[in-house]
Amino acid sequence: MSDVQTYFSELVTWANSRLSGDEILTCYLAGEDSNFVRFNRNLIRQAGSVSQRRLSLDLIAGTRHAAGSLQLSQDQQMDRAAVASMIESLREQRRAMPDDPYLAVSTDNPSTFDADPDTDHDPATVIDEIQTVAKGRDLVGIYADGAVYHGFASSLGQRNWYQSDTFNFDWSFYLHGDKAVKNSYGGRHWDSAAFTAKVGAASHQLDSLARPALDLQPGRYRTYLSPTAVQQLLQIVSWGGFGLKAHRTKQTPLLRMAADGAGLHPSVNLTEDTAGGTGPNFQEQGFVRPDQVTLIEGGNLADQLVSPRSSKEYGVPTNGASNFEQPMATAMTTGSLSSATVLDELGTGLLVGNLWYLNFSDKAACRTTGMTRFATFWVEDGEVVAPANVMRFDDTIYNLLGDKLVGLTDERETLLDAGTYGGRSTASTRLPGALVDDMAFTL
Amino acid sequence: MTTTAPAAYQHLEPRLRAALPGGVDYATVRFSETRAEYLAVRQGVAQPTSTSVDAGAMITVWSGGGVGYAATSDLTDSGLRAAAEQATRWAATTAGRTVADTPPTIEEVGSYQSPVTDPWDQTTLTDRLELLVEADAALDVDQRIVDRMAALRRTDVDSLILTTGGGRIEQLTRNTFPYMYATANSGALTQTRTYGRNANVGQGGREVLDRFGFNRRAAEIGHEAIELLEAANCPTGTMDAVLAPDQMILQIHESIGHPLELDRILGDERNYAGTSFVTLDMFGSYRYGSDLLNVTFDPDMEGQIASYRFDDEGTPASKQFLIRNGVLERPLGGTISQARASAQGLAVDGVANSRACSWNRPPIDRMANINVEPGTDTFDDLIAGVESGVFLQTNNSWSIDDSRNKFQFSCEYGRLITDGELGPVVRNPSYRGISATFWRSLSGVGDPSTSQALGTPNCGKGEPNQVISTGHASPVCRFSSIDVFGGAQ
Repeated sequence: MSDVQTYFSELVTWANSRLSGDEILTCYLAGEDSNFVRFNRNLIRQAGSVSQRRLSLDLIAGTRHAAGSLQLSQDQQMDRAAVASMIESLREQRRAMPDDPYLAVSTDNPSTFDADPDTDHDPATVIDEIQTVAKGRDLVGIYADGAVYHGFASSLGQRNWYQSDTFNFDWSFYLHGDKAVKNSYGGRHWDSAAFTAKVGAASHQLDSLARPALDLQPGRYRTYLSPTAVQQLLQIVSWGGFGLKAHRTKQTPLLRMAADGAGLHPSVNLTEDTAGGTGPNFQEQGFVRPDQVTLIEGGNLADQLVSPRSSKEYGVPTNGASNFEQPMATAMTTGSLSSATVLDELGTGLLVGNLWYLNFSDKAACRTTGMTRFATFWVEDGEVVAPANVMRFDDTIYNLLGDKLVGLTDERETLLDAGTYGGRSTASTRLPGALVDDMAFTL
Repeated sequence: MTTTAPAAYQHLEPRLRAALPGGVDYATVRFSETRAEYLAVRQGVAQPTSTSVDAGAMITVWSGGGVGYAATSDLTDSGLRAAAEQATRWAATTAGRTVADTPPTIEEVGSYQSPVTDPWDQTTLTDRLELLVEADAALDVDQRIVDRMAALRRTDVDSLILTTGGGRIEQLTRNTFPYMYATANSGALTQTRTYGRNANVGQGGREVLDRFGFNRRAAEIGHEAIELLEAANCPTGTMDAVLAPDQMILQIHESIGHPLELDRILGDERNYAGTSFVTLDMFGSYRYGSDLLNVTFDPDMEGQIASYRFDDEGTPASKQFLIRNGVLERPLGGTISQARASAQGLAVDGVANSRACSWNRPPIDRMANINVEPGTDTFDDLIAGVESGVFLQTNNSWSIDDSRNKFQFSCEYGRLITDGELGPVVRNPSYRGISATFWRSLSGVGDPSTSQALGTPNCGKGEPNQVISTGHASPVCRFSSIDVFGGAQ
């Protein structure tokens, strides 16, 4: 048991001693001890450390409850005083709250434990290596390492703990203007040889960007979307695409699939693959997720992600989704296109390394728009001809992963989410690339 | 949620000051505590209430040509001391290898407090819930409303900056974020109408709701959702676009605010938020828009969401023109970014906009209140000048390239304009353009009667990532010959 888990456990045990009558207390801890080093032009822009422990409490009695959160100081005396004060405040708020018909309390979920052993990261050495290996290059990006903690505890006895201890270096090499190659390197232990190999590959790709760039005219182009680009597409669809509440309130972008018989290509199979992901297998209210939830099967809608609250509201069993009912570990099955010869399969068209800033141009029709970004090339007869200047696409998912989908690659990439809003993300995806006919570009 | 900060500071301030390390070139400690409450009523059911307290401190150390920070929620003496030692170690590690080695030494002493005329703390939780129950009920105007919600988020943010240069900056900000939506559905068609998306936000207490007609708007939003369900799709073509303030805020934010951020221009954001089509040599001469375009950085506007007296490095803030009569004057860059630009041989005057979203993130160049100054046209003048066009209200979708040039925006609610008259409602009104040329098509700027001081509470940027509120005040504006289109159906 790590020091943080022990601290959490002792604090929760003490908090439970403050309960009275039929009160139930659930506690969720989200914390990190992270180092962040930000680079620009192969120099350091900002470097530092963040240590935080956010404790969320839900104080329940019958069908009334009130929730709150606070930052722990990591000093038992101070934290016990703060928790006691919050419990009193929640007790008072609860009296003013009406009954909550959709309150869901975890009563029969198992306790779980999933923790990496501590890793002795050495960011100072890593910085040296990055700046040395990238010497002469315009490197920009963020290195992050350290421990991430998620814990759940209920006064009913359930305990869940997740702890990872990883690094993630999300970086780009810039050539000039907006011409750049994006890359990432993450894992448990920094491997100098692996990093150097990635730098070598990126440098090689950068050479291709040195050719004069092409301005493409708006129109429809045969396009290969890298796994990273596919991830961006699925990320926008995930804004309501797979959650039960969005479906029941008709706000899902996949409304045409649900209401109008539309479908995706039969080769599209999508799961929320918690077992294959990198995050915790439980959510904020302590509900444990199954290993897999099938979201799209053979191009058709399958199950939805169901939060405990939606479960109560719509009478459908929960599958441990978070309150937002968005996937955290999306996995797509591979297809039959050879990854090694994907340029030959593309023939003449666009090779898109990344998509950027996607949004809906018509949500009900799942029509999305966004930009190409980073390494995007014009290809003729299977050969890279020139980098392409950024283009805006505007097309429906029913074209891109439906009627116009030529195929998916036979290999997929594991992509770790480098997001750090509030704290370091534990989300990940495993996706193939996609070859699309006639993708619509508008500007 | 109670306002106990001054008493807390009395206890905390000596310990924060004691944590500032000696023997270094310069150091700061920035404490912040955010107390928040979120309430919502959805389809007649009160959602779980949520209150939070988020307190911590960041210590930043400049020493020997290096700089580092350490942020901690451990506010004990030993916790603060450990953070100071960690920041000092980072400064040693980064010495001689940073993009900037000169600290923004601050010796200012000052304070700021949001103007509040009707404090939330004088209402009860029951009062606040009842307010939302009534609004939620008022949204329910038709059986085709399949989802609806009224919500209220408010935050009290107290911050205290102490520096080894003798600086002491205390700022107490009180923010109110009301929200509503109604979703209407018929078969495979869904339309959602909101209360200005998230734009109707401001500093202050309950008066913020009155400022934006919260009670009045609820029923209107429900009816407008039904109107959209029955409306025709927006037509496609080149026509004039008249933008309401709750769309102008996104247009300003994405295609003026972000491109003018000096850290983007200097390259810091290229791995994430992107670069800028604006370059350092453009300031003072580049024609950004038509003569009608006047844009200011205005931290002094009372009640706007990003008003303050000092940025998070402690630099005093004041109103400055960014674009005057269409010509670009200065970027959005704080003290450090200005020094970096100067070191590149391109000195520019900036503004005090180095801001952090919380104690656990370092300050970076940010928008604050970025406003379009009112012109002279009445709303009727603006519409009368359109032969064929559309009046677009309330941003619904936003997308722009990483140089902040090629954009596409969609709105919730449109009305056709024909021969100078407002016509029928259309759904999915959208337009696209290029920042570098779009603002030159500005052909009419509304007078103060058409202007609203709004904001965007969820601006994401930075590595590690940060979300922060930015303010945008704008009159109604007209743009000529724009590429307009509708939805897929």
